[in-house]
Amino acid sequence: MEDANTNELLRRLLGPAGPEIGCDACFEELDRYVDLEVAGKDADAAVPGLRAHLEGCPACREEHESLLALVQSDEKS
Amino acid sequence: MRTTSVAPGTTLDPESQELLQGLKSSGRAYDDACARLHALLLRAARFEVSRRRRGLTGAEADAIAMEAADDALLAVLRRLDDFRGLSKLTTWAYKFALYEAAVKVRRQTWRGRELPFEPEALGSFQAVSPGPEEDVEVRERLGRIAAAMDDVLTPHQRRVLVALAVNGVPIDVLADRLSTTRGALYKTLHDARAKLRAHLEETS
Repeated sequence: MEDANTNELLRRLLGPAGPEIGCDACFEELDRYVDLEVAGKDADAAVPGLRAHLEGCPACREEHESLLALVQSDEKS
Repeated sequence: MRTTSVAPGTTLDPESQELLQGLKSSGRAYDDACARLHALLLRAARFEVSRRRRGLTGAEADAIAMEAADDALLAVLRRLDDFRGLSKLTTWAYKFALYEAAVKVRRQTWRGRELPFEPEALGSFQAVSPGPEEDVEVRERLGRIAAAMDDVLTPHQRRVLVALAVNGVPIDVLADRLSTTRGALYKTLHDARAKLRAHLEETS
């Protein structure tokens, strides 16, 4: 557990290594990205750098998780 | 009546088309569409608040969800011409409600709390007795990062990195306290991380 926490801290300190978009671009593209994910399409190819941003930004990651869950719940109902 | 702004070659799903048409009309049709949109936004805001409420009372959670839905409605109507039809209109609108609700919950959770700007967590991890060889490597890396934070980062970069990455302060809360934006803070965080990674590569 402790090692997992240490590795998590390292990850948070150093962030994603690859190119990433910023928070504003993430917000602009998030709906398209999620609809592509729900449709089973390659969202990462359509919106390069968004996945890396989600790894580096907890706030945008939470909002992505929520939007994906909400749209998926709509699809089921 | 407002004109549509859907990207060329894009076909809207029937639900998005109907709602968009109502929001771009006037009179009763517009009022009905706004009421329908607000109901969707309130559902999204309640969904987010219920996931992230972190100790809020039921009354606080309800008030935050309603305020988030109201703010999101204004944001959606203000930016309606930006909708290009690259997603469903509901997905596009939901993100405004989720954003408003998430930010309000984070602010409420941290209201009145002093923000931690010192990297106490780094010290506690380094102080733990070394275990297997792999653990030692990880802790040595952490020690090098802690030293690099003092050596290569500006005071502002270090402060932002410590608050966000070490102490888990939400970026919106920090942005409020420092009178800046989430985007500007993330740029600072990104630049600080890039400096640390480059320094580690140079010195390894």
